[in-house]
Amino acid sequence: MAEINTGGGEAKKGKPKKQNLRVDFTPMVDMNMLLITFFMFVTTLSKPQMMNLVMPTKDVPIEKERQSKVDKNKTVTIILGANDVAYYYFGEPKYEDYNSLIASDYSPAGIRAMLTERNSKVLINMIELREQKYQEKVTPEQFNERSKEIKDDKEGMVVVIKPTDNATYKNLVDVLDEMQICAIGTYAIVPMTEGDEFLLKNYETKGAAYAETKK
Amino acid sequence: MSKVKAKKHSPFIDMTAMSDVTVLLLTFFMSTATFLPKEPIRVTAPASVMEIKIPDANLLTILVKPDGLVYLNLDRPNDKLAVLDLISKSYSNLTFTDQQRAAFLNQPSIGVPIKNLPEFLDKLPVDQDDFLKGSGVPTDSLNNELADWVKFATQVNPDLKIAIKADQDTPYPKVSNIINTLQDLKQNRFNLITTLRGMPEGY
Repeated sequence: MAEINTGGGEAKKGKPKKQNLRVDFTPMVDMNMLLITFFMFVTTLSKPQMMNLVMPTKDVPIEKERQSKVDKNKTVTIILGANDVAYYYFGEPKYEDYNSLIASDYSPAGIRAMLTERNSKVLINMIELREQKYQEKVTPEQFNERSKEIKDDKEGMVVVIKPTDNATYKNLVDVLDEMQICAIGTYAIVPMTEGDEFLLKNYETKGAAYAETKK
Repeated sequence: MSKVKAKKHSPFIDMTAMSDVTVLLLTFFMSTATFLPKEPIRVTAPASVMEIKIPDANLLTILVKPDGLVYLNLDRPNDKLAVLDLISKSYSNLTFTDQQRAAFLNQPSIGVPIKNLPEFLDKLPVDQDDFLKGSGVPTDSLNNELADWVKFATQVNPDLKIAIKADQDTPYPKVSNIINTLQDLKQNRFNLITTLRGMPEGY
């Protein structure tokens, strides 16, 4: 194909040797393959991922009943503080006991370990489902459907996320990510209240802030 | 009796057909490669395990710089023009010439206060980029132009999806300000753009 065969029979003496005009395409193929690999990566990598976030409507305040229905033992409030420190407490805030607030961080041993332990019943199902997804036993649609079912479990935890003004956007996304990893079905981003500010202050002063109010 | 002669094969393999195939594949990948629109600022999105890809069309991206400057990216040209018309209607002392409208289409990002928009669009593309870096869409409560842009964009295209692409070092109040603006406009569903990281071991 790429050769023009001009050689007819054996070269005879005295006559100029006829050359085989053949172009070697191998380097061209190599280069093309490299370019293909590049473009393949570009198409798949350039598309960023996204995280859905649904915020409550501002006009309709959440009814009091629905708020108090949540089992107190299953709620965790995570306060995103400054310098990548996250604080959390279980159930109702205990203003008198500064030890009820626990300082943690965004590492695997931090919030994730706590949520994993507390949410283990739901998480076990989720991990199993993810395993099936890796082995391609379930289709993505089935996976989405079933993960929704698993997350709707009554046993599941409820997490309230309260970012302070000193937190960064990364902290917020990290925590939202932990919700994904630990299969938390119900979580909400709620602004800090005065009570939460007090809890933080009380923690930092090791109970002195509470003692102050007693005087 | 003639000996069975092994036919001499040339060690030279013809690569032409192979090269044809690779060029075809290359053309395919080149044409399907979607390059990201030019962004006036470099934003490092935080990582997350979420694997949902951003949609191809109907996307309004809100870029947030670490210092809180906000830029907008609207992907459909027709929508952009319609939004510009609505803006010039609601800001009665603003009209745009055809040239300015064309310049608006060419500039991928919206990132100047509306009152500076005609002046900005008259600049050369090179100067526009410098101008963009120092400005940004005003978001403070007195002059919340971000709300206007988002409001008009969703009016023009009801299917529009809103994505926030904020730098990971952005302080939370800057982001919450934008989320609040969106909530005020009853845009309660939106997306945070993240980069992918793997699910941690054991989960």
